[in-house]
Amino acid sequence: MAGNPDAAGTVDLVSSTLAARAVPAPVLAGGGAVRMLERNYLVYRRIWPVIISGFFEPIFYLFSIGIGIGALVGDVTIANGELVDYTAFVAPALLAASAMNGAVFESTFNIFFKLKYGKVYDAILSTPMKTRDIAIGEIAWSLGRGLIYASAFILVMAAMGLIESPWGILALPATLLIGFAFAACGMAATTFMNSWQDFDLVNLIVLPLFLFSATFYPLSVYPDIFQTLTQLSPLYHGVQLIRSFTLGTLSIDLFGHIAFLVAMGGVGSYITSRRLEKLLLS
Amino acid sequence: MPAIVQGARVVCSGARLNPDEDELPNNLHPGTSVNGSMSSSLVEARGLTKYFDELVAVDGIDFDVAEGEAFGFLGPNGAGKSSTMRMIGAVSPVTAGTLAVLGMDPAVDGPKIRARLGVVPQEDNLDQELSVYENLLIYGRYFGLSKNVIDERAAELLQFAQLEDRRDSPVEPLSGGMKRRLTIARGLINQPDLLLLDEPTTGLDPQARHLLWDRLYRLKQQGVTLIITTHYMDEAEQLCDRLVIMDKGNIAAEGAPRDLIERYSTREVLELRFPVGTQAVNAARLDGIAKKTEVLPDRVLLYTDDADFAHTKVLEVGLIPESTVSRRSTLEDVFLRLTGRSLVD
Amino acid sequence: MTIAGSLRVVEAGARVYRRTWRGSVISTFLNPTLYLLAMGIGLGELVDNGTGGTSLDIPYLTFLAPGLMAAAAMQTGAGDAAYPVMAGIKWRKTYEATLATPIGVPELLLGHLGWVAVRLIFVTTVFALIMTVFDATTLTEGMSAIAPAVLTGLAFAATVTAYTARLKNELGIASMFRFAIIPMFLFSGTFFPIEQLPNYIEPLAFITPLWHGVELCRGLALGQDFTVHPLVSVAYLVLLVVAGAWLAIRTLRGRLIS
Repeated sequence: MAGNPDAAGTVDLVSSTLAARAVPAPVLAGGGAVRMLERNYLVYRRIWPVIISGFFEPIFYLFSIGIGIGALVGDVTIANGELVDYTAFVAPALLAASAMNGAVFESTFNIFFKLKYGKVYDAILSTPMKTRDIAIGEIAWSLGRGLIYASAFILVMAAMGLIESPWGILALPATLLIGFAFAACGMAATTFMNSWQDFDLVNLIVLPLFLFSATFYPLSVYPDIFQTLTQLSPLYHGVQLIRSFTLGTLSIDLFGHIAFLVAMGGVGSYITSRRLEKLLLS
Repeated sequence: MPAIVQGARVVCSGARLNPDEDELPNNLHPGTSVNGSMSSSLVEARGLTKYFDELVAVDGIDFDVAEGEAFGFLGPNGAGKSSTMRMIGAVSPVTAGTLAVLGMDPAVDGPKIRARLGVVPQEDNLDQELSVYENLLIYGRYFGLSKNVIDERAAELLQFAQLEDRRDSPVEPLSGGMKRRLTIARGLINQPDLLLLDEPTTGLDPQARHLLWDRLYRLKQQGVTLIITTHYMDEAEQLCDRLVIMDKGNIAAEGAPRDLIERYSTREVLELRFPVGTQAVNAARLDGIAKKTEVLPDRVLLYTDDADFAHTKVLEVGLIPESTVSRRSTLEDVFLRLTGRSLVD
Repeated sequence: MTIAGSLRVVEAGARVYRRTWRGSVISTFLNPTLYLLAMGIGLGELVDNGTGGTSLDIPYLTFLAPGLMAAAAMQTGAGDAAYPVMAGIKWRKTYEATLATPIGVPELLLGHLGWVAVRLIFVTTVFALIMTVFDATTLTEGMSAIAPAVLTGLAFAATVTAYTARLKNELGIASMFRFAIIPMFLFSGTFFPIEQLPNYIEPLAFITPLWHGVELCRGLALGQDFTVHPLVSVAYLVLLVVAGAWLAIRTLRGRLIS
């Protein structure tokens, strides 16, 4: 502890003139979000197996449905009257659901921890970084992560012969849109959370969405009133979007689904950046 | 048991006192006169006010911090020190009044101001998920520094913080003192003009505190302007050229540590301990011996310019205290006089 | 070791729960309802009219309900033994605080399992009632599945506690859920009979504790035959509880008293 008293004395930690230090241009120009990505890269570089392992969960679901329930159900009739193999019907829904789950988890639990306990953002904000940099950086990170999972899942789907149309490639950007919409709203919700108990609410919302967004069976199975309610589920729009692409059943409805998700992401981002400012800079 | 505690107390106050006296800067720092030219003021606050909803945290205070000085905010918990620090750090909007930091308005030029500040918060907010070196690296990146520049500075800073052999260790297992030094090193990665330290040594052991004081003193020697909050009087006496004592959002007093002691206390203090429950009764018989007499639940304090003489007088009255301590007045006496003895939170 | 000491720890669990019960009580009622509605009735319509190569002898809702009950017990048992145990050891250090009193490690562990048992009884009873409301089983038969479901949950609580007690950080918990709990949920006979699994995987399902729990619950709740003798399944689950508890005590002792 005692150390060498002169070791530090000779070090010029502070340059002599104040004027000599120009403010680093890139940060002020808004490259801050990229620094956020660098930070997350440094963290996850060490725990990459965790990232890899996130890929298995939807695959397990896919296998379980392919081997088990698919064999029990056989084919299902979709909206345009076509018969579709059950596994091919559910796979795109699982892709949409895992995009939702990943985005929600990252934007709620992880962000809450950093906000309240890790105080990571407090430290960052004592530098030239802005709250906007943090918000954009974090959402971009979780989207990037989602993109990796989605690509892997789509490859597995293709290998299992579950992609029936070349439009299927558009499933990839579609997962990005779903991830963006949910991450933005998840983060917005997190800025209102006070304790871990509030996260019970997150589960209470995510589970019904997962189960009732025409994920496991066509909308026609639901009673009429349920069908209307389901249209309010953001995951439903995500599921329909991806399913249309992988099954090749395109229609004008797609624009409606896209518009819904874009609007949701926009509102979430707006609330998030306003609330973060209030929370962190008070 | 009481005897041991008491003995420890006596030794303690003695040890705290004497070194302080020798090392204290005995007058105002040359560059810090209150009337110093405006151009050398790094921070200038006029009527600075901070409300949190209904709560008044900072109630219209004025102060200036000159280039190169070590400036202290002293005060009990909740006095408004940290709120003031956060406003200076451009992470907390000013409710009313004006504040200029490095000649800029925090509301307009927050990022530009922060680019030239170093901040050491009250609680270490190191990135627990990164190693010691990576903490410096990513923090430097937040300032937009290149990796080469950061590597060069990180090497110097790790040496400065005596953490060279912990370079690749995770943050979590570090001791409190190490984390504190790393937080300070991190705050220096951008070679700041102004370093903000919020209770830099709270919770550290004596060795760690002294090491930190040494490091902060070196920074001061190199011309870094320091703003420090603390509720340790010895720390303020050690580090600050000039300080303000804050209480309930207001500034209660301002000056160099020695000046404040001269102004608000006497040269020496005689502490007398009488049997439990008899402090007030006995104190009543000591009228006129000291300039001021203060009765505490466990002791009687006599404020006087000559403690030995007062002691003789006490014996002459015929009182024989259970124990007697004579000591120099400290900033703590000033502090308690100005902010009161009752707990604030 | 005293029973009284363990009961104090159970009491502590209950007192903490008094502050945090809302969310968990809601999900205790909501999760079974939603799952039975979505999978039992909704998906059940597809399965029962299915054109697939295999079919069940009974309605899908009836098949699914007792399996889900065992799975819910697994999730409660494993969940209460993962992050809360990590918090007790490392984050909030409540175990350290408890062990500074006359309470010892065995009492702490048994008290912890005791509190999980209380939670399990509540969760499975609610499940049995909801299952009856859905007409998946009769009330008496449904109630008879509570005991094996609680036993299943305890088998997971004990082994997961032993596992968590060894972990340095929470990453291991996420992996456990990903590579043990969720695969069991999906492949241990809850959603479809394990005979449908490929032949080289099927034997694996036999050694999962959840499969034994599902077998016991389904056999009792539906009054149907068991694949293996029920006493074998009970003995296996009891063995896991005892071994898990023993291992957990040893590990906690090594970690907290040194």
